[in-house]
Amino acid sequence: MSDSSDLSAADVRHIATLVRIGMTDQDVEKFRVELSSIIGHCNSLAAIDTEDVEPTMNGAFADRSGDDVMADDVAEACFPVEDVLANAPVREDDYLRVRGVLD
Amino acid sequence: MAATVEDPFIGLAEAAAGLRDRTFSSQQLTQAALDRIAATDESIHAFITVTDEKALAAAAEADSRLQSGDAGPLTGVPVAVKDVLSTAGVRTTCGSRMLENYVPRYDATVVERLREAGAVVVGKTNMDEFAMGSSTEHSAFFTTGNPWDPTRVPGGSSGGSAAAVAAGQAIVSLGSDTGGSIRQPGAFCGIVGMKPTYGRVSRYGLVAFASSLDQIGPFARSVADAATLLQAVAGPDARDSTCSDRELPDFSADLDKGLDGLTIAAPREFFDPDSGIQPEVLAAAEEALGVLAAQGATIDRDTTLPTAEHALPVYYILAPSEASANLARYDGVKYGFSFTDGESMWDNYEKTRQHGFGDEVKRRIMLGAYALSAGYYDAYYLQAQKVRTLISNEFDSIFSKAQLIVTPTTPTVAFEQGTVSDPYEMYLNDVFTIPANIAGLPALSMPAGFGEAEMPVGLQFIAKSWDEATLFRGASAYEQATDWHTRRPAL
Repeated sequence: MSDSSDLSAADVRHIATLVRIGMTDQDVEKFRVELSSIIGHCNSLAAIDTEDVEPTMNGAFADRSGDDVMADDVAEACFPVEDVLANAPVREDDYLRVRGVLD
Repeated sequence: MAATVEDPFIGLAEAAAGLRDRTFSSQQLTQAALDRIAATDESIHAFITVTDEKALAAAAEADSRLQSGDAGPLTGVPVAVKDVLSTAGVRTTCGSRMLENYVPRYDATVVERLREAGAVVVGKTNMDEFAMGSSTEHSAFFTTGNPWDPTRVPGGSSGGSAAAVAAGQAIVSLGSDTGGSIRQPGAFCGIVGMKPTYGRVSRYGLVAFASSLDQIGPFARSVADAATLLQAVAGPDARDSTCSDRELPDFSADLDKGLDGLTIAAPREFFDPDSGIQPEVLAAAEEALGVLAAQGATIDRDTTLPTAEHALPVYYILAPSEASANLARYDGVKYGFSFTDGESMWDNYEKTRQHGFGDEVKRRIMLGAYALSAGYYDAYYLQAQKVRTLISNEFDSIFSKAQLIVTPTTPTVAFEQGTVSDPYEMYLNDVFTIPANIAGLPALSMPAGFGEAEMPVGLQFIAKSWDEATLFRGASAYEQATDWHTRRPAL
């Protein structure tokens, strides 16, 4: 594994902030080692010549005959409010209750 | 011998015939499955939720349909469903604390189609959290035991669905396969596990992991049963724009056609004794090639998939990248686990995800965010998408000369629980199954012998896109020439 794929603790904290996952110092060190190792393995891709190769961006490529799967834009009934709120952790009347964004 | 409800390993066609002839009722067959679950699941732990009452009610309805003559091949048949598929009114955990108490208000399309067909859902099966893993050891709840040796893993992520069918707790089941999550547990548990072409089955109601790769498919104890289950759940669905609107062929039409005129490629990279593959697994795959040749197939051993060795890193860029976006929705606001006592909104988000997700899920979300972040996107995500094109082109080249590819499904047989702790070592389980996901191809694993510690070995067939009928044809010919699929674990 090359040194260039080794993440620092600061890198891991930055990624954890981006993905909003809380972390202890122990977690940071554990993930730093594991992620560095996995990224090290993935660095083998850099050596593959992909000049003039188009990226395949999504799975629709499997159907190369080009099926038209776009639906007509027709309004339909949506889920009842009670259904939408049935799994709400905290609700107030017909709303989801959340903490203030600006305290 | 006539089929009876006492046989936990009854086939789908025999069960359907017994139901039609009134040899037994769906209520009897369903009760037998529930009894089998009660008797064996303390050692297997295939199920997160067993839906006894709903199953018996569905069985009673199926019996009415059977009496009125309005019955199909799945009417009254007990099936198990991976807990990644939404079931209205029945909790759908995805193997995660995050969704431990989540009860969907609607059925996934495949579940809806099962119900319309009159199938009886007996429960929701264990899995690696959010379908990320190869052993069910990443389930937030417990690890499923392999029916052949409960101290070993059943494979994953669909380990519960595979174990349930191998243990005779259900006649067939549904799983999902993103990098091998149906085929690898199918191989480890000695049954048939099949991943259809990307776009063949609607994913409406499937909890999303990696959307350019995820596909739902069947587990069964025979190739014919797998084809029958796929027939019932596949096909166009306006609620999933990635589901093809191609008309469904008859997946069972070619089951008895044999192998005359077929060329089967055995790419060198998958038969390399120096690749870390267990010798017994390689020997079983080699022997299978002999069987296929004896059945009339032309075996092409000169083919090669040189870029296939890069499929694993491609997968570990693409799947985590897509997962990091798909799993952003778990914020503790609309549903799922919610930490509400934090210092701020951000603190609540972070603690919700810190305590709701397990380590493997966190690893993949972070890996994906890293691969997609500014400065790394071109080097990782874009490069992986280009290598995906190369892999796909290599498959196309093979399929210009051959109708099927055969490989071992996994490099090893099922391993002991708790023995693989390095994440990347765990990922290597899927080295032979991932290429088909990368290229969107249909693929299937089936029993092909026994290896180390008398554990089952799986053989993988891969076909070109939309040619599931030939995939089932090849697998069925092999099945008819061997008796591996008739072996049962002692439970």
